[in-house]
Amino acid sequence: MTTDLNSSPLSAGQQARLAELLDGISEGQLFWLAGFLAGKCSGGSGRASANTVAAAITPVSAAPELTVLFGSQTGNAEELAQQLAARAADKGVSAKVVDMADYKHRQLKKEQYLAVLASTQGEGDPPDNALDFHEFLHGKKAPRLEGLRYSVLSLGDSSYEHFCKTGQDFDSKLAALGATALAERVDCDVDYEDLAEDWINRVLETIASEAGASQPAAVNPLAAEQAPVSAHSRKHPYPAVILTNQLLSGRGSDKEVRHIELSLEDSGLVYKPGDAVGVFPENNPALVNELLSTLDFDGEQTVSAVEREVSLREALAFYREITLLTPPLMKHWADLAADDALKALVADSGELRAWMEGRDLLDLIKAWPIPRLAPQELVNLLRKLPPRLYSISSSQAAVDDEVHITVAAVRYASHGRDREGVASAWLSDRMSEGDQVRIYIDPNKKFALPDDSKPVIMIGPGTGVAPFRAFLQEREEREAEGENWLFFGDRRFRSDFLYQSEWLKWRRDGLLTRLDVAFSRDQAEKRYVQHCLKENSAEVWAWLQRGASLYVCGDADRMAPDVHQALLEIASEQGGLNPEQAEEFLRQLNRDKRYQRDVY
Amino acid sequence: MSEQLPEAEVIKRESNYLRGTILEGLADRTTGALPEDDTKLTKFHGSYQQDHRDVRDERRRQKLEPLYQFMVRLRLPGGVLTAGQWLGLDKIADECADSTLRLTTRQTFQFHGVFKEQMQPFMQKINALGLDSRGACGDVNRNVISNVNPHQSQLQGEIHELSLAISERLRWRSAAYAEIWLGEECVQKLGEEEEPFYGYKYLPRKFKIALAIPPKNDCDVFANDIGLIAIVEDSQVRGFNVVVGGGMGLTYGDPATYPRLATMAGYVPKEQIVDACEAICAIQRDFGDRTNRAHARFKYTIDDHGMDWFRERFAEYHGQAFEKPRSFSLSHNGDRFGWVEGEDGNQHLTLLIPTGRVADTENGLLRTALRKIAEIHDGSFRITCNQNLLVANVSPEKKSAVDAIVEEYKLDAGNRSSPLRQNSMACVALPTCGLAMAEAERFLPEFVTRVEQAMAEEGLEPEAINLRITGCPNGCARPYLGEIALTGKAPGKYNLYLGADFSGQRMNRLYRENIDTDTILSELRPLFRTYQQQREVNERFGDFLVRIGIVEQERTPTMLHQPVK
Repeated sequence: MTTDLNSSPLSAGQQARLAELLDGISEGQLFWLAGFLAGKCSGGSGRASANTVAAAITPVSAAPELTVLFGSQTGNAEELAQQLAARAADKGVSAKVVDMADYKHRQLKKEQYLAVLASTQGEGDPPDNALDFHEFLHGKKAPRLEGLRYSVLSLGDSSYEHFCKTGQDFDSKLAALGATALAERVDCDVDYEDLAEDWINRVLETIASEAGASQPAAVNPLAAEQAPVSAHSRKHPYPAVILTNQLLSGRGSDKEVRHIELSLEDSGLVYKPGDAVGVFPENNPALVNELLSTLDFDGEQTVSAVEREVSLREALAFYREITLLTPPLMKHWADLAADDALKALVADSGELRAWMEGRDLLDLIKAWPIPRLAPQELVNLLRKLPPRLYSISSSQAAVDDEVHITVAAVRYASHGRDREGVASAWLSDRMSEGDQVRIYIDPNKKFALPDDSKPVIMIGPGTGVAPFRAFLQEREEREAEGENWLFFGDRRFRSDFLYQSEWLKWRRDGLLTRLDVAFSRDQAEKRYVQHCLKENSAEVWAWLQRGASLYVCGDADRMAPDVHQALLEIASEQGGLNPEQAEEFLRQLNRDKRYQRDVY
Repeated sequence: MSEQLPEAEVIKRESNYLRGTILEGLADRTTGALPEDDTKLTKFHGSYQQDHRDVRDERRRQKLEPLYQFMVRLRLPGGVLTAGQWLGLDKIADECADSTLRLTTRQTFQFHGVFKEQMQPFMQKINALGLDSRGACGDVNRNVISNVNPHQSQLQGEIHELSLAISERLRWRSAAYAEIWLGEECVQKLGEEEEPFYGYKYLPRKFKIALAIPPKNDCDVFANDIGLIAIVEDSQVRGFNVVVGGGMGLTYGDPATYPRLATMAGYVPKEQIVDACEAICAIQRDFGDRTNRAHARFKYTIDDHGMDWFRERFAEYHGQAFEKPRSFSLSHNGDRFGWVEGEDGNQHLTLLIPTGRVADTENGLLRTALRKIAEIHDGSFRITCNQNLLVANVSPEKKSAVDAIVEEYKLDAGNRSSPLRQNSMACVALPTCGLAMAEAERFLPEFVTRVEQAMAEEGLEPEAINLRITGCPNGCARPYLGEIALTGKAPGKYNLYLGADFSGQRMNRLYRENIDTDTILSELRPLFRTYQQQREVNERFGDFLVRIGIVEQERTPTMLHQPVK
């Protein structure tokens, strides 16, 4: 901030103190100060009011400035960031939502208030769009942040070992850099809504009371940039009728993948290629029955769940997670069970994790029964049954008021019992055409098609191919001239080639420029998409040089890292880059939104 | 001119001697199919692209392409192979195909369910056994078939030698086969050198040659483009009566298409017979109708130009005219089962192979049994033209061991099924054949059972009646030579033909059109009754129907299209 104070009526000492104050002041702080001083002039209480500011110093707004940074993979953190910004206006706070990938790092030391919302991936990693900022903050260039007031909301899944690690990283690092928390960090599990809501309120109230802002502030246009809003949302899911529930896996497959078409009829729901559908499933009634009979509970008795009274059976079927154990649940259970062995187990996180693996609530109840456990107590112990996200496999431009998803039934046996994925088994076994599924749209701005003229390379083995069906439908409808290249892989060519006839038709029609496949079980040596990529190194590199965008969708544990490695090798071999440069090349592609991943 | 030609004719001509883009198509891992044009070319290489029709609709709903697979047919002149080759093929059936071997009416093997990626390994494996599949399908000379006369060892050997020589003479030559299947470098010769006999146009349509040794006619010699009827004097083949222009197929609703029995052309001495076959084939190559595939078989060339024209052309092409035909007599076209002793003292066992399918099923371990025989057998095998199997040249000391296997696995040496079943034959049809309109191989066992019951009701169970079923009108199981024959019209619906003789010298005619099994049986029952009541001694069912006027003696093309009732 450079200001000419020489012409002011202030004394030299006053000038010096003012210059010191103005040095490094943020724009938001300046606006606030202007409002404050204007208030002083008009003889008010000294509190800045937007009205008086607007009257006195047009067009300046003096609301406190809050920057909302999100690091999001599936879009939940981004959605909450938008909510925070939208609500900030009501509290007289001027909030600006910024994608971490787009954030100018040197802006950080100028921030007044900072809200960080971040999810955590697989092994405690930051989401793709948070990688740069995370690295910057933990690197040598990170500035001291004494003046900064901040708060962190982490999103995660407590069934994973490194639960909410990215959020915790940000929190501890910001503190270490001298920033002070304006509200304590909150780590949210998959049933994040209520906790997130509390956190948003706390953050905004703290800022508002500190800043003394009380009037609604002008909403930052960036924050308001949202899709048209349907009456339906995660909080108010839409009961969509199943139009088609078709098995895609051919005979001889050891998988069970289904193509499900849902009607959006009057929902007003809109989606883009790359978005996901959130589905609220029902736990297997047989498992609920077994729980009830093991506990000797009456399923019809009333309990309180989801802000209303429901039967215990209903609570366990629709509103509580019963197929997955989490450390918090185990700790509570250990306290209630008052069992030394269990306490010892819970105390050793490695042992605990090993025990929880492949076990569920029924196993826990059988292993450590709690005497006189009340039904309501049980319900309170369990976390909410979270919706499951499925990448949308259709384009609304092509299917109008339908949305299609591609669901692989998860089934396995462990510890002597057959187990299943809650939503996938529910959709596969118990939901037929005509039944209703409660859904909402989960937008994913991190997985979107580029301009129609740009080439795209899509890597989507297994059900990871779903969004690419949406991509091609969309590009077909738009008559987009950009080239399209799909890499698909699965176990067996003859039974597991999802949507094969559609890809082949699109290739015949010229929409799909190239189609390369890898089937792991069709020959002695396993072949995966990354092998396919490597076999086409020169061409892949040529496409990238032509401006192609890369999309990877599917398994996060092995496929995505393997594909990443293959891309690094291609960059090294074809582009003559050393390992660091290759990594930076992909990082830059990611920053340019040309390397987008939807992995899970 | 060329826009007048049918697609298949154009593809063939522009294929660069049967290469097309087969190699590129084989390398495409995204589909189990080859490009459509190439599927016309693979026929010449012995292979039809098919799909498993039982799952076609299911897979359509699953958004999967049809379950594409290939049928591969071997070139096996005279149907002869060694025990070692049998064992090799048995193994290939597991490694590359659907674990079955299918014996065909042209004395060879069909493998089904060979997936695209298995095609090259398959071809290399049969090559290693000294076998190939050149011209087992396509517009060239097909597998040369010949009578199986185990007791006449000397004649049979001679005839087999000739069938090998004819097959070799008319085998297509392009290096495409070795390049595509055996991985050999492209050593393409220039222009016509690649294919000295056929040229780049090959034949207008398939071409079939059969050799018969009277009185047996199990090769249905008259159903072939060239039929060679051996004239034997002093236990030596002297020469052949040559009949020409036979062929089975017709197209429903197109009376310009018809099955036709070959016409007597004349006699050719044995020494000239290979040259004569080449000359006749050359006449068809040069004069056959290439503008209409449904009118391209040699039978239409003969009918279009007449026999006088043909004999003139033959004299011209061959350099020598036909001699007057010698007298001969044919008695039957079925197989005789069980053991016979050859002139050389060796033993020969003919086994009934129901519908030619060598498989292990819940009904019996036929494939295992034949493998076991092959393991101890020091002679050869011979496939009959009725899809059955001759275990040939069993040395007297091995006979009891073979018998033990026959007994253990309850193989049918003619003692386990009715004469009707022994004289029945069906093509493959569903689920693999793309042309089939109805079941044949899978339908025959139950249909025979029902006809057996109807015959038993009239006390006719000891009678042999020649019964043939095909899934379409194209004639693979030579249906128009069945005393009773069905050709598929739609699922569960068949045309019923009656009135062929028992020796392959008179065709049947269409009796009723598009009827279901119950109706077929209700048509047959009264005929069986009359037959039982009014037949003369040893009178065959087909002959009886002609004598009492149910069907006429003569045949016209119309009779194959217009039902009696």
